[in-house]
Order: sequence, then structure tokens, then C-alpha cells
Amino acid sequence: MAVHSQVRPIDERELARVLAEASAAGTPLEILGAGSKQKIGRPIQTAASVSSKAMRGITLYEPSEMVMTARAGTPLAEVEATLAKRGQMLAFEPVDYGPMMGGEAGQATIGGVFAANVSGPRRVAAGAARDHLLGIRGVNGRGEIFKSGGRVMKNVTGYDLCRGLAGSWGTLAVLSEVTFKVLPAPEKTGTLVLFDLPDEIAVEALCTAMASPFEVSGAVHLQAALAARLEHPGLRSQGKAVTALRVENFAKSVAYRKGRLKDLLKAYGTIMDLERGASQQFWNEMRGLSVLRGSDAPVWRISTRPTAGPKVVTALSSYMECHAFYDWSGGLVWAEVPPTTDAGAADVRRVIAGLGGHATLIRAEPQVRAAVEVFQPLEAGLDRLSRRLKTAFDPAGILNPGRMYAGM
Amino acid sequence: MALALPEPDRAVVRRREVIVAQLRRLVPPQTIIADEEGRRAYETDALTAYRRLPLAVALPQSTEEVSRLLRYCHDNDIKVVARGAGTSLSGGALPAEDALVIGVSRMNRVLDIDIVNRTARVETGITNLGISEAVKARGFFYAPDPSSQLACTLAGNLGMNSGGAHCLKYGVTTNNVLGMRVVLMDGEVVDIGGAHLDAAGYDLMGLVIGSEGQFGMVTEGTVRILRSPEGARPMLLGFGSSEAAGNCVSAIIGAGIIPVAIEFMDKPAIQVCEAFARAGYPTDVEALLIVEVEGSSEEIADLLAVVSGIANGFNPSAVRISQSSEESAAIWKGRKSAFGAIGRIADYYCMDGVIPLKRLGEVLVRISRICDRRGLKVANIFHAGDGNLHPLILYDANDDAQAERAEEAGAEILKLCVEVGGCLTGEHGVGLEKRDLMRIQFGPTDLAQQMRIKTVFDPKWLLNPGKVFPLDGRDACRELGRELDRDLGSGAA
Repeated sequence: MAVHSQVRPIDERELARVLAEASAAGTPLEILGAGSKQKIGRPIQTAASVSSKAMRGITLYEPSEMVMTARAGTPLAEVEATLAKRGQMLAFEPVDYGPMMGGEAGQATIGGVFAANVSGPRRVAAGAARDHLLGIRGVNGRGEIFKSGGRVMKNVTGYDLCRGLAGSWGTLAVLSEVTFKVLPAPEKTGTLVLFDLPDEIAVEALCTAMASPFEVSGAVHLQAALAARLEHPGLRSQGKAVTALRVENFAKSVAYRKGRLKDLLKAYGTIMDLERGASQQFWNEMRGLSVLRGSDAPVWRISTRPTAGPKVVTALSSYMECHAFYDWSGGLVWAEVPPTTDAGAADVRRVIAGLGGHATLIRAEPQVRAAVEVFQPLEAGLDRLSRRLKTAFDPAGILNPGRMYAGM
Repeated sequence: MALALPEPDRAVVRRREVIVAQLRRLVPPQTIIADEEGRRAYETDALTAYRRLPLAVALPQSTEEVSRLLRYCHDNDIKVVARGAGTSLSGGALPAEDALVIGVSRMNRVLDIDIVNRTARVETGITNLGISEAVKARGFFYAPDPSSQLACTLAGNLGMNSGGAHCLKYGVTTNNVLGMRVVLMDGEVVDIGGAHLDAAGYDLMGLVIGSEGQFGMVTEGTVRILRSPEGARPMLLGFGSSEAAGNCVSAIIGAGIIPVAIEFMDKPAIQVCEAFARAGYPTDVEALLIVEVEGSSEEIADLLAVVSGIANGFNPSAVRISQSSEESAAIWKGRKSAFGAIGRIADYYCMDGVIPLKRLGEVLVRISRICDRRGLKVANIFHAGDGNLHPLILYDANDDAQAERAEEAGAEILKLCVEVGGCLTGEHGVGLEKRDLMRIQFGPTDLAQQMRIKTVFDPKWLLNPGKVFPLDGRDACRELGRELDRDLGSGAA
């Protein structure tokens, strides 16, 4: 990557000035928070980067209204620590890409979390980052400051730019401040584990649990090869595939619901009940994507129907060696594949085309990410709308140009 | 009433008969309603003070027919107003003399139910309740539940990003939709998302939902369906003041409990609803909360006991837990028929502002002052958990001066909501009603950015004209369209 300078505006007005100048000069900029996801996406060539890192601080927190506002560069860790002090949390539980991308843990900024719409295991029950975003302030590619949404729980005043900007990876606007919904942290977390299930049967068990009234808030399955990388000694040492379910609630409810789930799932084998600390550790590992660490083999993130998850993996396995970890009851597949020139892109796209969903090449060498489509190629109609949308926000094409799609 | 409607395009109105004839060649002839009596049924929505006879009405039966109709209108510069069931309280479905109304009411089939993956694919003319009914036997439901759910369509819910009483726990429409088939104004059909939890690329689905029918027509939707809880039970909490009720709501949430619903009614609302529904509401209290929790019967009992304990800290004058499913149904019937019940005693103007809950006591006092000053009565009903107020300003529609005062009071209430940190609309949409208030909440660059996005989807600004943005913004819009074309032309792409 080219050596380049980094600008760190200290407030929204400075950010606007920097972007207005770049817009007038047609200077492309790399947009980042702390850079924990910098290696995700197509490699881009820019002379300079703009980081939101210096715009930090929580500016509003009303626990009884379940709302927080923070400047974009506020560390996620600071947000979560502040919430924890009042017994609250981010319900969408963002995963930490840092360590699996070869960086440090806990570096992400809250702006980056929303800009990349990063969610974790609880997404299956509680919604994604985008579902919790209530309001934004930001600067578009013209250098204009704008806002959308607000600080109240419900708001349909004007078009929904919050959703429009979540997951746009800094290509439409640079967020300067985000307001989001927070929720009470559960009193207790309980985890049930099944071992040695083939993928398809495991996903069937997960779907059965998700279709119960017991409000399962985590549903994952790790193939044996990836379960062997768990830090949790009790689970790792089994040498078997691990299928886990989480229930969270008041202690008495957790006990009751675990009991009912055990009845419901008894046909799937012996069910292990993870003890208190181990339960928390296991879900922290899932949030930290621990089983994808310590390797630089390409990793695909595939979103599909839960029951299609195992079919995608079976199909991929006929083309390449593929280690998979399923989240969201089977609907999110993290697939680690051998390092080839295209990281298996042609096969992945073909399989997805048949089974539905989309795939993103999260981890791969820069030359691979430059050579293949990292994000799912779009149908013609959506591609045209997306390019028009990009132009409506960033006519000079200065914000993370080409990060998601070539020429966009 | 006071809101200006755009001048119709006389050239289009003059060509009406030719246009109708041409439309009848595009789709089965009975799809097009052109006689005056037939069109009259579509002249307004639930904001009944405004009426306009549409150019014609089309009731297509397939995405393909919608596509043909839109392409024709696009090519001939004819405006289009998409319509679900016409239950919009903000005038979102108000037609125009130079616009074709395209209603989705005949596209109401359930296309696919996938219980294992917990999704349902439906045509958007299905009613909101119709989705839940289709999956009820399997123990599932569709979560967003606007009060009009018996009549309103998924299409309308998508247009306005509708909420409901239970969205405190389950979210609003945008949180419960996974995929959509959208017909763009030029007739192109695009599929966004699917049956998986997140869509590829930009969140175009998130942009289309809540765009008030101005980005395209959604003809099919894939929605999340949820397993019904083991049980649910409401309780009633009566208080001597609105402030005490508001503080009680904050304390419940502060204790880490998210009830599936917390509804608030003030005294005037309680009395009218009780007279209508015989729900057993205490009529001698100043404010009433309906708090509903879910779970097994033991979990419900435990949670309601905790809620009662919290409420006791605020000197409740009535605490009553529903003892039977009949009683629960009556409690909800009273709440969900509130608008209808009040409609029996007076005409009303229903507001939809949202405020930070902390400001509740102060805001309610100021709302009653705003109405008092104009000699108008007001009843308050709202979703307390999320601060979404529904003040109902009572007036006599046959008295023009009173109607105008009601509109003024409404505007002042919404300004107050914005002033205390809230917004103009929580679930009804801007529509026609709040169009001219948009500048209170948004600055010029905020509105320009929104209008640029409108131009992305509908470059000729033909869809649902005259809504959402102040009318004098329209010339700016045309300029934005030219600007986007220029920018696209000069871009590397």
C-alpha cells in the first residue's frame, strides 16, 4: 500500500472542510475510523486518508430511554463499558474483525461499526446494527454536513438515511455522530451444547430451537476442524463439532427455558449445559471470531437462508477444502478456504447463485481482493440504482472509491 | 383546510379519455376504473379533510401489470399515487386530478410460507393482519401491528415504515422485512434482499421502506415471522397524574424489563374508550398504563409482580392484572379501537409526534394549553415505551374555523415535539399533512440530501407528488435531477 498522510479532523466542521477541499480538487480519500476493518473490501489507491478517530466522546446517554449518542470516533470499547456500568448493552453484539484480520482486539470505533453494519450472534433474535441506528450526522462527498433520524425510538420523518448509510463502508458519507438504541443486559446467560452433529442435522436442531417460544438469542454450529481452535478447553478437547444455543433472561426464566429446550432437542443427543463463566467465554469467542484467528487463509462470509447454509458448504466442499462455522441458525456461514488466486470466488458465486443469498470475501491477500469481486456482484437494476445513489452523495467519487465495487 | 395542493397538469387532465383508453389496452380492461362514481371511492384516505378525484384508478393483479402501467405513465409523464387500503392518517394516499391511482388490493396472495426458516413471502396487497392469520395455525405471527391492522396493507406499511403497539420489543416494519420486489417508475422490476437476514450492497431496502410511495411500488415482500410467545397478559395501572405514569414507565425500563407493550391513555381517552369497549378501565384516574408482558404463565406472573412493585413507588390509584384471555382481549380492544371510539363523539385530528420520555409531563401540560387556547379538547393515547404521542384534537368538521384551529394546534404540537428533542412523526409518515413542517426538523442540506435520493429512484418526480417535501421545494428538485444527470454523465462510470 502506498505511503500516505492521514487527516484526523477534530470536529464535524473540520471534517466538512477537508471533504469540501477534496471534492473541489477531486482528491480520492480513504475513509476510516481506527482502521480495524481496513483490509476488508477492494484495495483502494488514495493519496490520503481521513480518520474519524479524533472525533470522540459520548454526548448523550439516557438509560431509561434506552438511547445513546456518540461521536463517530468513540471506541466501541468505551461505548460498551459505559453501557455495562448501567446494566445495558448493544443488543446487536458486533463481532470484532480486528484479530482475525491480523490486528489487535477491541480497536473498532462506533462509527465504523455502523458504517460496516457489523452485527454478531444476537443478530438472529435482536436485529442488526442497522436496526438499532436511530440517528446520524455526517458529511457527504460535497463537504456538506447533514443529519437524519434523531434521538427518539420511533421516527419516520423523511427518508430513512440511517438505514441507507449503515453498511455503506464510508463510500457515501463520513459519519460524524451516531445515535442508537441500547437495551438492558440480561441478568443471566445460559448455553446448551450438542456435539458431533453433521451440519445439516445441527442446523435442523438450531432452527427447531429458533422456532420455539423460548427466545433463543444465539444459535451457532462449528465444524470439528474449527471447534478444535476454540480457546474454551472443555469444548476444544472433545474433538467434535459443536452446536450451541443461548438463552438470556432473568435467572429463573433461563433455567425454565433451558429445561424446555432440552426436552425439545433431546432427539439430537446428549446436551451439555455450559456453566456460568464458560457460557460467557464461549459467546465472547463467537463475538471475537476466535476460530478464524491465527491463519491468513481466505475467509468468506455468506448470508443465506438457514437451511441453505449446510447446502452451500456441501457444494463448496466439492470444489475445495472448506472449514465452516455457522451463525444465525445456519443463515450466516463463515467459510475458510485454501489460498488460491481467486480464493474460490468463481465457485462461491456459482453456488450462491443456485441457493440464494450473497457472499463477501472478508479475508484475502490484497492482490486477490483486487482481482475478484469482494462484495456480491449486483443485478443490473440494483447496480444502476447503487451507482446513482453513490453519485447523489458523492458526485466527485472521493469517498473510499472502489472499496465496494469497481468505479463506485 | 389550509394545505395547498399542487395545481394539476391541465394537459394531462384534458387527455383523460385517451389515457384511459390506452391504459385499457395495456392491462385487462376491467383493471381500470374511470367512471366518476368508481373514482369517488378513491378520492381520499384517513385524512378525510382533503379530497381529490383521481385521473383514473388501476387495480392490477400482477407485478407485470404494475410494470406496464408504470412504464406507460413514465413515458407519458403521468403522475402516480400508489395505494394500499387508504388508511393513511397523513394524507399519504391522497390522489390528484392528474394522477393515476394504482391500488394493490387485488394482489393479496400468500406466495410461500417457510416455517423452518421463519419467513413468509406475500403480495403486498395482503392486510397486515392477513399475514399473521396465514401463519397463526403454525404458532407464528408477523410482529408490526398498527391499530389499523385489520384493514391496512403490507404495501402501505412498507411505504410508511409502520409501527404499532408491540414495536417496543419487536421493532417496526423495516426491522421485519427481508426481501422485496419493487417496480421502479420506468417499469423496471428489481428484487432487493431475499430470505436471508442481510441484503447485499447498499441497504436499498432500508431506503425504500418509509419512502412514502415515492421511490417505487413494492409488489411482493418477504417478511420475518416469529413464533408466538407461550402466553401474554396485560395489566392496568392507574395514576393520579400523567407525570407519575411517565416516571413509572422510565422506572420499568430502568429496571431492565422490556414489556412487549406499554400504552398510555389520559382521562379523556380512558372515558371514551371505556364507554365504547367496556374494557374495565378505571375511569377515575388521570392517566392509565396498559403494560403487557409475555412468557410462560409463571414467567408472566413473576414479571407482573415486579412491574406492580415498581408501580407501587408511584402511588398508583389502580392496579389490575388481567385474569382471563377475555379480559385481555377487552383491554386491547379498548386501546385498538380508541380512534374509532373517539370518532363517535367528535371529529378528530390525530397527531403522531415523538418525544424523549423524560419530557412527557411538561409536554402533556403544554399540549393541553395549546388546545385550550383555541377552545379545543384533546385526548392523549400513545405508545409510552417509545415516546410516540398520539394527541387527538377534537373538533367539528362542519365548522371551518374550528377545523382550521385544529390544524394550527396540531402544527404547534409537532413543533413542540421537535423543540424538546423529538420528531414530527413516529409511524404515520409525513404525507401531505406534515409536508410544510419539514423545515422545522431539517435544515436545507438535510432536505437536499433526501431530495437527491428521491431523484435516484424517480428522476421525473412522478411518484406520489406533492407529499413529504414543502411544495416550494419542487423547483429545487427539478434542478437536483439535472444535477444528478450531469454528475452521472461526468463520472468515471
